[in-house]
Amino acid sequence: MAAALTSHGKSAPASFLEEVLAATPGDSRLGMCIQCGTCGGSCPAAADMDHTPRQIFAMIRADMRDAVLGSNTPWHCVSCYYCTVRCPQEVHIPDVMYTLKSMAIREKLYDDSTAPDFSQTFIGYIENYGRSFEFGLATRHHLKHRLTQIPSMVPVGLGMLTKGRMDLTPHKIEKVEQLQAILARAIELEVA
Amino acid sequence: MPKYIFYPGCSMQRSARPYLDSLMAIHELLGIELEEVQDWNCCGATEYIAVHHIAAYSLIGRNLALAARQVNGTHTLMAACSACYLNLAKTDSYMQNDPTLNQQVNTALAAGGLQYTPGSVQIRHLLDLIVNDIGLDTVKSRVVRPLQGLRVAPYYGCMIARPDRVHRWDNVEHPLALDRLMQALGAEVIDFPLKTHCCGGHMTQINLPVAYELIRRLIHGAVQYRADVIVTLCPMCQLNLDAYQGEMNRYFHTGDQLPILYFTQLMGLAFGLEPEALGIGREFVDARPALARIGVELPPPEEEKAAPAPRTRRARKEKEGLPMPRMPGDEEANR
Repeated sequence: MAAALTSHGKSAPASFLEEVLAATPGDSRLGMCIQCGTCGGSCPAAADMDHTPRQIFAMIRADMRDAVLGSNTPWHCVSCYYCTVRCPQEVHIPDVMYTLKSMAIREKLYDDSTAPDFSQTFIGYIENYGRSFEFGLATRHHLKHRLTQIPSMVPVGLGMLTKGRMDLTPHKIEKVEQLQAILARAIELEVA
Repeated sequence: MPKYIFYPGCSMQRSARPYLDSLMAIHELLGIELEEVQDWNCCGATEYIAVHHIAAYSLIGRNLALAARQVNGTHTLMAACSACYLNLAKTDSYMQNDPTLNQQVNTALAAGGLQYTPGSVQIRHLLDLIVNDIGLDTVKSRVVRPLQGLRVAPYYGCMIARPDRVHRWDNVEHPLALDRLMQALGAEVIDFPLKTHCCGGHMTQINLPVAYELIRRLIHGAVQYRADVIVTLCPMCQLNLDAYQGEMNRYFHTGDQLPILYFTQLMGLAFGLEPEALGIGREFVDARPALARIGVELPPPEEEKAAPAPRTRRARKEKEGLPMPRMPGDEEANR
């Protein structure tokens, strides 16, 4: 299992830290973290995370693989990059979070499926049409995961439709086959 | 006339249509020409990369490759959506600095008969172009209706001033480009301390209470500064702060009412254009009281002018009905 992710052309990892480093394109500088906690202090979503980013990085180093991939922390990252611009060690924190998300999806380790499903539904529309499709995404996502919240979302959805800010049908790009060929080849490279 | 290659992105086609409409209405007045990237695809937002890495960069790589083909006198690729801008800029920069990623993306692109050499296009955000290339003097020279007396909270959101260390064009925590632009239009600009705080991003779809709290901070912060309007430059920020403001108020039992407009809409108003041409009137939180301060009159929203009081609920329902998919010619058929 630990050697499964060598997709980025780097040598087979020995520890979870190396595995995360290897699966993250570019130099994420994760190994440079000094545990100062500036990331968690800057994070708008830290209060609702199971672990602050600093804790997650310590857990990665401690090889706590399942605990890290089962944490809601990566899924609560809103990609605002506040941590990144403040980090004294210039760790590319959102990139690490993306890596953890994709690992958790692949290994089905995150038990609340709402957030991973949202990502996967979103990319499904891109793969089929080349564009995102807000109406389909919101409807499918709510029917599957948020039935109880549908009543409170009716004003938003209706408003979007009546104000001409949401389409009922997706828009397809011309060369969607070309895009699909590119994505299929890229995914082959990832699992190679 | 300077020409830029333009990547609109999915949001500007629909949920942020007023942003696109207002940009199209003002771009000639700014003396620029825009050429859309042909057959562009979605940038993947922050979702594609959560599932596949190389595919996420290749998805963006296709847009870069298509844009590079249109390089003709200009190699500037402009995006107005913060997420699109960040994704394009980040992919180009990562491909320049990581030969492995560059090779992988190009291997994938080759499957579609495309190729991209990183650095072939220069990725810029619309605001950067307006403030730093076109210049505030040009902007000022176009102002015929100064936004005198309108208190504006400039809101940048998180992504545009971050995180590219090489091409950074404004301060990451306290940017001023939008402040200066709004001053050039004659507005009263408040020193908004939350200007780069997060709007909640995709949390409205994943965890509503988290999103509501982030939205509340921004709206309430701007209300405390007695802002008349929050001005934004990002489709996601506008959507979260505008469309979810009512639900946020219900959640916290608050009653804040703060309209959220795109900076291009305020530019258009200052340039003397009609509100309708700028997509104004399609926001959830009524912008009319704020715009009345600068003498801009807007027709009342549809439901108010459609049915004179008193009226019954049923009558109105029959008249408007639920929005349904329409085919060309439906309107004539139902008449």
